[in-house]
Amino acid sequence: MRKIRTPYLLLLPGFGFLFTFFILPIINLAQTSTQTKIVGGDTGQYEQTLRFANYLDAFVENKEQFGRSFLYALLATVLALAIAYPLAYAIAFKSGKYKNVLLVLVVAPFFTSFLLRTIAWKQILGEEGFVVPTLRTFGIISESTTLTSTSFAVVMGMTYNFLPFMTLPLFASIDRIDPRTLEASGDLYANGYTTFRKVTLPLSMPGVVAGTLLTFIPAAGDYVNAAILGNPNTKMLGNVIESRYFKIVDYPTAAALSFTLMAAILILVTLYIRKAGTEELV
Amino acid sequence: MSQKIKDATIPTIPIGARIQRWVGRNLLKIYAFIAFTYLFIPVAYTFAFSFNDSGKSNLIWKGFTLNNWKNPCGAPEVCNALGNSIKIGLIATIFSTILGTMIAFAIGRHKFKGRSTSNLLIFLPMATPEIVMGASLLSLFLVLGINPGFWPTVIAHVVFCISFVVVTVKARIASLDPRLEQAAMDLYANEFETFRRVTLPLVAPGIAGAALLAFSLSFDDFIITNFNSGTLTTFPKFVYVSAARGIPAQANVIGSAMFFLALAIVIVGQLANRRKVR
Repeated sequence: MRKIRTPYLLLLPGFGFLFTFFILPIINLAQTSTQTKIVGGDTGQYEQTLRFANYLDAFVENKEQFGRSFLYALLATVLALAIAYPLAYAIAFKSGKYKNVLLVLVVAPFFTSFLLRTIAWKQILGEEGFVVPTLRTFGIISESTTLTSTSFAVVMGMTYNFLPFMTLPLFASIDRIDPRTLEASGDLYANGYTTFRKVTLPLSMPGVVAGTLLTFIPAAGDYVNAAILGNPNTKMLGNVIESRYFKIVDYPTAAALSFTLMAAILILVTLYIRKAGTEELV
Repeated sequence: MSQKIKDATIPTIPIGARIQRWVGRNLLKIYAFIAFTYLFIPVAYTFAFSFNDSGKSNLIWKGFTLNNWKNPCGAPEVCNALGNSIKIGLIATIFSTILGTMIAFAIGRHKFKGRSTSNLLIFLPMATPEIVMGASLLSLFLVLGINPGFWPTVIAHVVFCISFVVVTVKARIASLDPRLEQAAMDLYANEFETFRRVTLPLVAPGIAGAALLAFSLSFDDFIITNFNSGTLTTFPKFVYVSAARGIPAQANVIGSAMFFLALAIVIVGQLANRRKVR
């Protein structure tokens, strides 16, 4: 009897907490999303009218930011994967006794506040930094081209900030590959490229899936990079939600947008996991 | 004869080809070096500008000074914000580590009905964008008539830290050798004793790692904090708000100090682990 109860007793406090402060808020958010302004009421006063057209309005009004959120997140994820894969591979197979040190180095930049690092990029890529004048001297960019306040800067900032989230799961699954399987592939006359495509990549798929998810999800909801490194034309959904909450006090639209964002991410993630065919994710 | 061949073959490889071969062999190492440089450029920049004799706005290099390091509270709001961040981080770490470890033991050690639902409930907060989590909690607090501030922020941090604690501790539990516990039982230890003297010490490094992770997540969080903290300033929030008019160099001092402190903790932990293994 006691044995059966133990796991539930262990779960109770944590799940009670998560239910109260994670599930309930989401239900409440769903409720807020269909409210409308009280006629003649103050700013921020809303009543429940089950107006589902809020979703349509919110989407139509912000479809550009919607598209941008997913496009930027996708670009950042692909870039991060391209940068992180060889890095994780090098740490797993070529670092010898320095493996642990290099792993710590991947996480280390994290310890400096990510805001400070993002602002550092803004200043490095800015007019007073050293990158822009150098590129201009060599004629790589024209006098009028700037690097900050562009969509390029936003995507680059996101790629940079989420890189460790990509590298760590990739490393975890590449490190698990038995080097003898790669040797065996070579013994069977596969060249380097074929070995990678037929052996290394499939074996590291769980890491690719976990890494892309850990990068894509926070990137799609991010607004800090767009706020610091972008301009008004690079605004993402996060920026809209933030300003609806704090500047315009339009809770229903903000709630509808948040909900749509979450639903879109969940659907994409489910499709992606099914396509990638990985069961054990967490 | 063989002497002659040796003499003849070595110098015939032209220098260009030799460089090419060396690059080909070390391509991945060179790449890793470049990637790490990329990762550390903003950290180095932040560190360098912590020595800037800049006054209020730390945008342009004006000269070297140690004053910012001697007097990190020279800009008073910085230390106030830092204090709040540390307090919130510590409380959120303690709660999320306890709750998360209990869940990890339940999922990792027991078979029960609803185990896969439990796994889903742990995965969901990690799959929710921060902005949705922050906004939804804020709207709950508003409905309940609770003003955003210190405790709402702590609660929000516990929510997003729990899942990461569960995943970390669960991984450690999964890597345990069950025979160690069976051995303890065979030696007449009861269930509680086995847990306290065998299981817990073995899982402890995982719990410590989870706590460290929770603290760094909490300390560095901006989006969820921004929604739930009201007028309370935390370190990331201070940096964000003052970004427009330039951040005081003291913020760079604190960012750099945190970097070296965390690095030291990790290195000491690794060394201690290595000694134990030996």
